[in-house]
Amino acid sequence: MKQKKKINVYFYIMVVPMAVLFFIFHTFPFLQGVFFSFTDWKGYGDWNFVGLRNYLNIFKDKNVLSAYFFTFKFAICATVLVNVLSLALACALNTNVKGKNFLKAVYFLPYMLGTLIISYVFKYIFSNIVPMFGKAMGIEILSKNILGTTHAWIGLLIVTIWQSMAFNTLIYLSGLQTVDKGLYEAAALDGATGIKRFMKITFPLIAPFFTINMVLSGKNFLMAFDQFLAMTNGGPGTATTTISVLIYKKGFSGGQFAYQSANAVLMFVMVVLISVFQLRVLEKREEKVS
Amino acid sequence: MTGKKIGQKTNWPVTLLLFLIAAVFIFGPLYMTVVIALKSPQEMANVLALPKSIQWDNFRKAWEMTEFPKKFANTVFITFVNLGFTIVTNALASYAIERKRKKSRFFNLMYYYFISAMFIPFNVLMLPLVNQAYRFHVDNVVGITFLYVVFGMPMNTFLYTGYIRSITENLDEAAMIDGASPIQIFFKIIFPILKPMTATVAILSVMWTWNDFLMPLVLLSDKKYQTLQLAQFVFQGQFNTQYNLAFASYLLVILPVLIFYIICQKWIISGVVSGAVKQ
Repeated sequence: MKQKKKINVYFYIMVVPMAVLFFIFHTFPFLQGVFFSFTDWKGYGDWNFVGLRNYLNIFKDKNVLSAYFFTFKFAICATVLVNVLSLALACALNTNVKGKNFLKAVYFLPYMLGTLIISYVFKYIFSNIVPMFGKAMGIEILSKNILGTTHAWIGLLIVTIWQSMAFNTLIYLSGLQTVDKGLYEAAALDGATGIKRFMKITFPLIAPFFTINMVLSGKNFLMAFDQFLAMTNGGPGTATTTISVLIYKKGFSGGQFAYQSANAVLMFVMVVLISVFQLRVLEKREEKVS
Repeated sequence: MTGKKIGQKTNWPVTLLLFLIAAVFIFGPLYMTVVIALKSPQEMANVLALPKSIQWDNFRKAWEMTEFPKKFANTVFITFVNLGFTIVTNALASYAIERKRKKSRFFNLMYYYFISAMFIPFNVLMLPLVNQAYRFHVDNVVGITFLYVVFGMPMNTFLYTGYIRSITENLDEAAMIDGASPIQIFFKIIFPILKPMTATVAILSVMWTWNDFLMPLVLLSDKKYQTLQLAQFVFQGQFNTQYNLAFASYLLVILPVLIFYIICQKWIISGVVSGAVKQ
């Protein structure tokens, strides 16, 4: 019993080196970013403390504000659409369909492919294939490259949905498979079918899976980067510049190290707040339901 | 969505619809990628038609242009060396953390330290990280591999500790009475039991490192260290309108993943599900 107090040195050996390395390469840079966000460092040369000036400037900077506005618009649309479509697809896959395992594997395929390459393939589809069909069918709106117009973000939304649906559908499907089929039969006896059955029985039972998907997609879409850099590079103009793209472009080559660090810290705070908020709200709803 | 009776009867309308959607939206883009990669520029007027004669030469040109073997070797090195180190070091650390959390504040603190780091997106620390990487000379293939091992800790601690919690501590104690050291206990007893979670960690880790673009983009500026994903980005300018070469190059990158997926599809799907549901 006495031995319980004393912890074998090997346990420390298992953790401490990892913790030290994690501190050096993860925590320290993070703290550095926070530190420099209160300075005027360009990424080279001298620097001075400037207090909260960077943070105050962010709220006056049209570029940053429009990036925030755009990122939120994009993240909200993508989160809602991806989850609605994935849920519908998962429900369809959960019925008595032939070749279910094959279909499940096919719909999960986009998850396996890198976002960058998917983006290049879709860039070609938007710039060549869609206009080709648009012209052939005489539909004006489809006959030009959407990525070059003010609606470029819709193209990005489509790619994002295409890829993200794979993961979300799989999670919903695994949730739906936990639902006891006997419950449906009981519900059918009570006259609950179709949409009503879905809202009253199915959905509450898969609520934890809904929470996972909402939180993960919300976070991922707020961070979206690869597809934006590949397909529009933030353009045309700055129309599709997300916060991540802005930090990357201005922080590394725009001499705005400190300023973009403040931007990054702000984004971090927002991501944490939103994730915590989502978890709270969605878990509370889960509790109420069960 | 069936609405009616739940029987074992096949739902043909939904089956058909699902196959149709899959054909258009999943196989469509894939088909297009393959076809473009296999044809000559002269045939591009009819993009979606099958090529008249297969242009294997596109692959050779893309192969040489992007220096595929070098980039492939870099990516394979990063992916598999990271995989080996991640599994061993992260599982070991998680084991120590989970087993000693209740007995020691230090280990409990470590638990929250790693878990809370899950909230820090990479984009937030990438600016200072690049300076730090430069200072420690980890802005190369070996260095980035090492960084992946370290950066995987929050997520993997989360996954592993959850699983280790469900393994009874009696096992450890029995082995300890037999005179086994903690390291021996871990490798002989715990690690084999962890296998299902290790499969999940392995799959997530492989997918992450093979497909990652942002970390190589900011860290691997030297041409000889580029990964396959980064090379696609770098060569965009040179591909320009040579779509046949570009698509041949994309295909070369996704082919290993496709083969891996076709072979291990069941494992991958169940691995991803158990990883996500744990969250």
